[in-house]
Amino acid sequence: MNGARGRARREGVIFDRSSPGRVGYQLPPLEVPPADVRQTLAGVALRGEIEELPEVSEVDVLRHFHRLSQLNYSVDEGLYPLGSCTMKYNPRLNEELARLPGLAQLHPLQPEEQVQGALELMWELEQALVAITGMARVTLQPAAGAHGELTGMLMVRAACRDRNSPRSTVLIPDSAHGTNPATAVFAGFKVVEIASTSAGTLDLHALARHLEGGDVAALMVTVPNTLGVFEPEIARAAAMLHERGAFLYIDGANLNAFVGIAQPGAMGADVMHINLHKTFSTPHGGGGPGAGPVAVSQALVEYLPVPLVERTGDRWTLSYHRPKSIGKVRGFYGNFGMLVRALAYIRSLGRDGLKAMAEGAVLNANYIRKGLEEDYHLPYPGASLHEVVFDDSRQLAHGVKNVDIAKRLLDYGFHPPTMSFPLIVHGALMIEPTESDGVEELDAFIAAMRQIARECRENPELVRGAPYTTPVRRLDEVRAARSPILRWRRSSR
Amino acid sequence: MSYPEDRRYAKSHEWVLVDGNTATIGITSYAQEQLGDVVFVELPAVGSTLERDGAMGNIESVKAVSEVFAPVAGEVVEVNGALEARPELLNTDPHGEGWLVRVNMAPGSDANLLTAAEYEAFLAEEGAH
Ligand SMILES: Cc1ncc(COP(=O)(O)O)c(C=O)c1O
Repeated sequence: MNGARGRARREGVIFDRSSPGRVGYQLPPLEVPPADVRQTLAGVALRGEIEELPEVSEVDVLRHFHRLSQLNYSVDEGLYPLGSCTMKYNPRLNEELARLPGLAQLHPLQPEEQVQGALELMWELEQALVAITGMARVTLQPAAGAHGELTGMLMVRAACRDRNSPRSTVLIPDSAHGTNPATAVFAGFKVVEIASTSAGTLDLHALARHLEGGDVAALMVTVPNTLGVFEPEIARAAAMLHERGAFLYIDGANLNAFVGIAQPGAMGADVMHINLHKTFSTPHGGGGPGAGPVAVSQALVEYLPVPLVERTGDRWTLSYHRPKSIGKVRGFYGNFGMLVRALAYIRSLGRDGLKAMAEGAVLNANYIRKGLEEDYHLPYPGASLHEVVFDDSRQLAHGVKNVDIAKRLLDYGFHPPTMSFPLIVHGALMIEPTESDGVEELDAFIAAMRQIARECRENPELVRGAPYTTPVRRLDEVRAARSPILRWRRSSR
Repeated sequence: MSYPEDRRYAKSHEWVLVDGNTATIGITSYAQEQLGDVVFVELPAVGSTLERDGAMGNIESVKAVSEVFAPVAGEVVEVNGALEARPELLNTDPHGEGWLVRVNMAPGSDANLLTAAEYEAFLAEEGAH
């Protein structure tokens, strides 16, 4: 452990640094008679008491947050194999372009004629996403994948109502991400879960059975699915849905596995979200908010949120005249800075580069799969794409669970994989390396995971007690969830 | 683990204890073991109607949120309010104090549920430990 981390380990909260009267500013001498704010502001803007604000200097503040930042694990530090999240490197070029004053300092209320460049950029990004997905049009407004899902399902609802065919059921496979059922319920639907086949894929017989009643509005399915397995029958499923007047929602969280290789539009998708912070390398939190554009087929275009950017000759305008639109789903035009970064990424890789990106993601995941399959059990051994899902059944024989393995990995300096998802895998360890890392980092990760598997056999107690080298040891997650303390108080120390 | 013989079991790992028209519903010890430490339980409202095999609530553990399915049909007459403050009852006493709801059962909707012995055989078949 380096010195910065050793010190950061003792770092408390900023309140601990407080010293009465210490300030981080200097005021010029007073040239007027002093006034007592307790009198001048009384009854207007005076709070009874401001409790326990820390009294600190500028350097106290800077050091405190700098040290905390040293505790952060990030994509700039090493492999971040958090499955389904696609924690890829965020190229510096994206950052540089997003900071160009002409883009960064725009005001969202500036008149159209002053922001032609920004509108053109949004239009270009839409064109690129249309080309990549094979869909008809795209809204850039939603602020994340889950928000995109909601936008998509509200369009499905509007379309059903418009066709005078209100439907109340949304089908979702049991392997889905939790946001899918949450979205469907939030959009006013009832969720019916479909059990996956023994290969972990969509069960067409079950789908056919559920479609019989005629109440299904849509199927929400992730492609490739959350096991990293491509849905071989997706086009059949789309045809079955369309025959029954239902829509196909493709959760595009895993689009990074097939950009430039296959198109959801060709699979029969009617609506899908795209997580720019996954496939298109914009930051996940920390470095900025997310972005979850939604692409639709011709059947749903008229319901897209307003405004859309339209081109007439060499002029770009914001079009609000869309009578069937579901309305706005986000203030202004979405997280514009993320749109800049995503377009920078798409343009710097180009068509061939994007395809190579997807191939690299699949190659890296399969390299890890090969490297670990002797030590960890693969519950669904079919071919996988950009991620691989192991379980802890072999380690369980020694009394070690997936959570212990994840904690031990921290001691080896890696961020753990996603755990306990998808729900159809008990004790899941879901690994997604992305294309960002070279073979050396993948080898180091494989070596650490294999070493942990050895420890599970020879010294399971060691693994169960991990982590040992982190600023805090194992936290009581149960107590934190059952009785969380959400605010610091002197008395709660 | 031996399962109480006074009640019936569903393959989705709920139990039902029938007394006259009233059925008490809970989750099995196997289910709570699979879920891990329970931190929050969301139950249907008193007066709501349960359909057999329909979703009737959610159980949130440290690992995940899972749905509970109604093993019988009927109208909810009582919910276990103690679970709000003490969700851990589901872990410590799933077949007793950790019960979830009582329903006024639709007659016959408990048909085809498993006996304790059948449920244990089902678990063994599923490869559960
Ligand atoms: C399969 C899948 N669907 C949906 C989402 C939700 O996306 P977001 O986190 O951008 O809201 C995720 C996020 O991890 C996901 O993995």
